[in-house]
Amino acid sequence: MLSIVSSNWGTLVSAFLVTLECSILGLIGSCVLGTAFALMEISPIKWVNAIGRIYVEVVRNIPLLVITMIFYVVIPKYVLPISGFAAGTIGLTIYTSAFIAETVRAGIEAISTGQMEGARSVGLTYFQAMTHIIFPQAIKVTIPPLGNQFINLVKNSSVLAFVSGFDLMYQGKLIAAATLDTFQTYFIVGIFYLIITMPLSYLMRYLEKRWQTA
Amino acid sequence: MSMIEFHDVEKYYGNKFHALKNINLTIDKGEVVTIIGPSGSGKSTLLRTINGLEEITSGQLIVNDMDLADKKTDMNRTRRDVGMVFQHFNLYANKTVLDNITLGPRLVQKMDKDKAEKEAMDLLKMVGLADKSASFPSMLSGGQKQRVAIARSLAMHPKAILFDEPTSALDPEMIGDVLDVMKKIAQQGMTMVVVTHEMGFAKQVGNRIIFMADGTILEDSTDVAGFFDHPKEARAQEFISKIINH
Repeated sequence: MLSIVSSNWGTLVSAFLVTLECSILGLIGSCVLGTAFALMEISPIKWVNAIGRIYVEVVRNIPLLVITMIFYVVIPKYVLPISGFAAGTIGLTIYTSAFIAETVRAGIEAISTGQMEGARSVGLTYFQAMTHIIFPQAIKVTIPPLGNQFINLVKNSSVLAFVSGFDLMYQGKLIAAATLDTFQTYFIVGIFYLIITMPLSYLMRYLEKRWQTA
Repeated sequence: MSMIEFHDVEKYYGNKFHALKNINLTIDKGEVVTIIGPSGSGKSTLLRTINGLEEITSGQLIVNDMDLADKKTDMNRTRRDVGMVFQHFNLYANKTVLDNITLGPRLVQKMDKDKAEKEAMDLLKMVGLADKSASFPSMLSGGQKQRVAIARSLAMHPKAILFDEPTSALDPEMIGDVLDVMKKIAQQGMTMVVVTHEMGFAKQVGNRIIFMADGTILEDSTDVAGFFDHPKEARAQEFISKIINH
């Protein structure tokens, strides 16, 4: 096993960095998009609400690979040429954003309507009430399920392997084919994923504990 | 000088439930009005329309010279001038007592922090909770929470305060402290509309009483003692006798 690692070290490290980059971009992008669509889902304005709900229902009910293929095949053909990495990262971001939207929506709805009424009754705008009162409380409720989504996102970044994304899964496939040692290669790949997911998991637990006592 | 005017106000929930029926009511500045009646009679709905927490279906509602049914009216502006105290307090769970009180003045009136905190501390002294400024709402008793909620609403220097069953969620021994604070505010000349089951407060502090049933105002009297001794309407008589014998 060590020989596989040592003879492919450079490839594995670059693949690891690709997976890490895709995960970080996907995490930021899906949090921003997901929060925006969560706010649309709870909007009192009907058409805004409808857009939010349709987006979430459509996106979360299509396989990640299908969404990614749209960006890998359809967009380059008719709109503009993008790399496999870009297509995979965009697909992953959009796919995950639908789940994050649902998580954030549930967190906001878990905060009693009295909190909003209390804030509005002293003249705060809807936006001020959201940012100062509702959101800070909702985020605490949201942390544990959000952690699950983040970990899923890192693992789902393996979709890059299908679109020549040069990530861990893609390179693992090539190394396995070259060394003819499938088991050991994927074992090593698995460990590289754990290097990202385990600290992430601990970070989320830490935040959960810290914010619950505050 | 009128503070609140209802003209032919109707309120439906959905298409079915007729919560307020043909409400005509004028409340003047400085009046302390108590609204009583059986549950489901529309008392809370009436109160919540004044602060725009419920929209009226038709008619005209003028609060502090602003027409609430007019789409151009800025509800945030209206709410600044009309405070509200809720049955379940609705203090911000993520803020300390002091921040609960200063948030409105700082965000809405752009008051600077020192001034807002100084005013908040004065209000906390007035409600007897100066030592709780750094506590979170979850650490307070119901009666303390409600006194903080009253201080929060006073911090905006409102022209009127609405009270929606302010003592109904409290343990009996906590009620007195809250009512004492409300009496103080009434004595300072604040316009108050109070939905309550505290008949003692209605008699001692209120200078006008309104009895509601089934979404309508059945009695409206400035002779509060007279109302309790001789209610005119049969429904009011029944309601009063039940409460007194209770």
